[in-house]
Amino acid sequence: MTQSDNFEVAAGNAKPEIASFEDQEKGLVARFHHALHTTPALVPLIVLLAAVVVFGLILGSKFFSPFAMTLILQQVQIVGIVAAAQSLVILTAGIDLSVGAIAVISSVVMGQFTFRYGVPPVVSIACGLAFGTAIGALNGWLIARMKLPPFIVTLGMWQIVLAANFLYSANETIRSQDIAKQAPLLQLLGAKFKVGGAVFTLGVVLMIVLVLTLAYVLKHTAWGRHVYAVGDDPEAAELSGVNVKKVLISVYALAGLICAFAGWALIGRIGSVSPTSGQLLNIESITAVVIGGISLFGGRGSILGTMFGALIVGVFTLGLRLSGADAQWTFLLIGALIIAAVAVDQWIRKVAS
Amino acid sequence: MKRLLTSSTLALAAMVGTASADDISACLITKTDTNPFFVKMREGAEAKAAELGITLSSYAGKVDGDHETQVAAIETCIANGANGILLTASDTSSIVPAVQQARDAGLVVIALDTPLEPINAADMTFATDNFLAGELIGQWAAAALGDDAANAKIAMLDLGVSQPTVGVLRDQGFLQGFGIDLGDPNKWGDETDPRIVGNDVTAGNEEGGRKAMENLLAKDPSINVVYTINEPAAAGAYEALKSFGRENEVLIVSVDGGCPGVADVKDGVIGATSQQYPLLMASKGIEAIAAWAKDGVKPQATDGKDFFDTGVALVTDHPVDGVSSVDTAKGADLCWG
Repeated sequence: MTQSDNFEVAAGNAKPEIASFEDQEKGLVARFHHALHTTPALVPLIVLLAAVVVFGLILGSKFFSPFAMTLILQQVQIVGIVAAAQSLVILTAGIDLSVGAIAVISSVVMGQFTFRYGVPPVVSIACGLAFGTAIGALNGWLIARMKLPPFIVTLGMWQIVLAANFLYSANETIRSQDIAKQAPLLQLLGAKFKVGGAVFTLGVVLMIVLVLTLAYVLKHTAWGRHVYAVGDDPEAAELSGVNVKKVLISVYALAGLICAFAGWALIGRIGSVSPTSGQLLNIESITAVVIGGISLFGGRGSILGTMFGALIVGVFTLGLRLSGADAQWTFLLIGALIIAAVAVDQWIRKVAS
Repeated sequence: MKRLLTSSTLALAAMVGTASADDISACLITKTDTNPFFVKMREGAEAKAAELGITLSSYAGKVDGDHETQVAAIETCIANGANGILLTASDTSSIVPAVQQARDAGLVVIALDTPLEPINAADMTFATDNFLAGELIGQWAAAALGDDAANAKIAMLDLGVSQPTVGVLRDQGFLQGFGIDLGDPNKWGDETDPRIVGNDVTAGNEEGGRKAMENLLAKDPSINVVYTINEPAAAGAYEALKSFGRENEVLIVSVDGGCPGVADVKDGVIGATSQQYPLLMASKGIEAIAAWAKDGVKPQATDGKDFFDTGVALVTDHPVDGVSSVDTAKGADLCWG
């Protein structure tokens, strides 16, 4: 073996500067740009804090109180949990339109198993969670093995699951009072506790713990890095030894499981099991993901950003309602935010020249 | 083989012949086929159609607001040679040209539950008097509060920002019944009475009801009267009040009379609800189509109204003087869904 063929040694002999990236000092804008580039959750965080400050200045203590702040958390918990699932999928450059339907049917399974078949609530909840996971896994299998586009698969699954939900439940609501009497476990995630003036529910805790856990897993485990790799460039990932199909199926299955948890939290939040709730969860979750700065092209973004995105929507909704604005203004502003978020995303992508 | 073919063709022709000779056929087009209200409506129509020997075809939009599917359904009914259409329109003004097309083709079109815009675009409307439904719960709430009605803090949980007529009528009826001056009676939210804390929208479901209630409680935690567009929204509002620990100090009133709603009245979640009768609307509608097909008679409106009133009853276990009501046992007998 000649010296030039021995790559390890040759690489070792090379000057380290050859393969290093220089952080050139280019003034404030460039440094800000660089910070945004390396920390994608920064933009939504800044917007969130700015929104809280602005509404706090306009509305005073009515808005800027532990009570109102935690009320926002309660109002976004369901969207927040579902958006966490949506983030995972979008990081793989996919999309899941069936998230809301999975959440709702899981809650219906939990409720109907308990009340129609007399199954103990613990078992019904396990069945609901398993059901959500199974639908997610089926999505993943169709996408990874059958090579069908995620948009089409989940568009179809959304309709199938929603129709199955209505057929199975006969669109009958299980009343809050009956659940409280016979199966209070179903409402567990609605249990609340107070810290000073702040009111938290277990569902809110679930959302925060879930997002923090996923953030850690995505950053520090092999599986997490594979999710990013698959989203960034599936062929390159395959060539580097990542089992792309397995990663995809696991992502959709996990998304299904998370949605089923959202369904459980939904029972806690509205008290009853209602097959008509959660109709817009898929759109709301994608909104949170986009405002949270995750690229729809996959492979880039942070799940913390998604939670900030969901909270931004919550802050705007409550803030505008408290200031007495017509509900239409909320939709208008959120629409503007979505477009602004994607514009910022494009700007960040441009490597500073 | 040839004889067999000929005879079966003949039999087929005979069947088609009888089918078109004196059979009456009707169409039922609802907003969705998932809402228990429309499910009950379809059951009522099917039972009556079976009784009278009428062929009934049912159509429904995929979701509330699915206008295109309803137009396509009307066109299908015209093509099928139906005698009449029962319609709950998703888009009450845009559907008018399609309805006119059907009437021009000799079909009688009856609007169920939701009047068209204008109301005379249909041959007749069989509906609940939604203004009266609102007025009853308004009067009940005012009487139940007694002298405190003068200092009430009222939350108005409405349907949607587009202000569908049903929602406006119930809202304005409630306010009038409670004794609050209306602004423009064709829209909600323009009243200036300080007793109204605010209006918010619920989409008529539990999640929307809870969120709207939370928003209004954040605005003013001393709310003690809650008007809700329907009973699922009321159930959601109750959950919000429970989390604020105020469920026993607040009076919730609603409209619909679905079975879960009547059970909520019995349990004290809802103080009173105005019950409507979708089954009656549908069966009356089928009878009207039968009459039209046989004698060419169109249904008549209730005296003093521009539609046929299918009735409304106040359901409560706490009757008050001056407002007639039925108790929850009777309400449960008559409830739908």
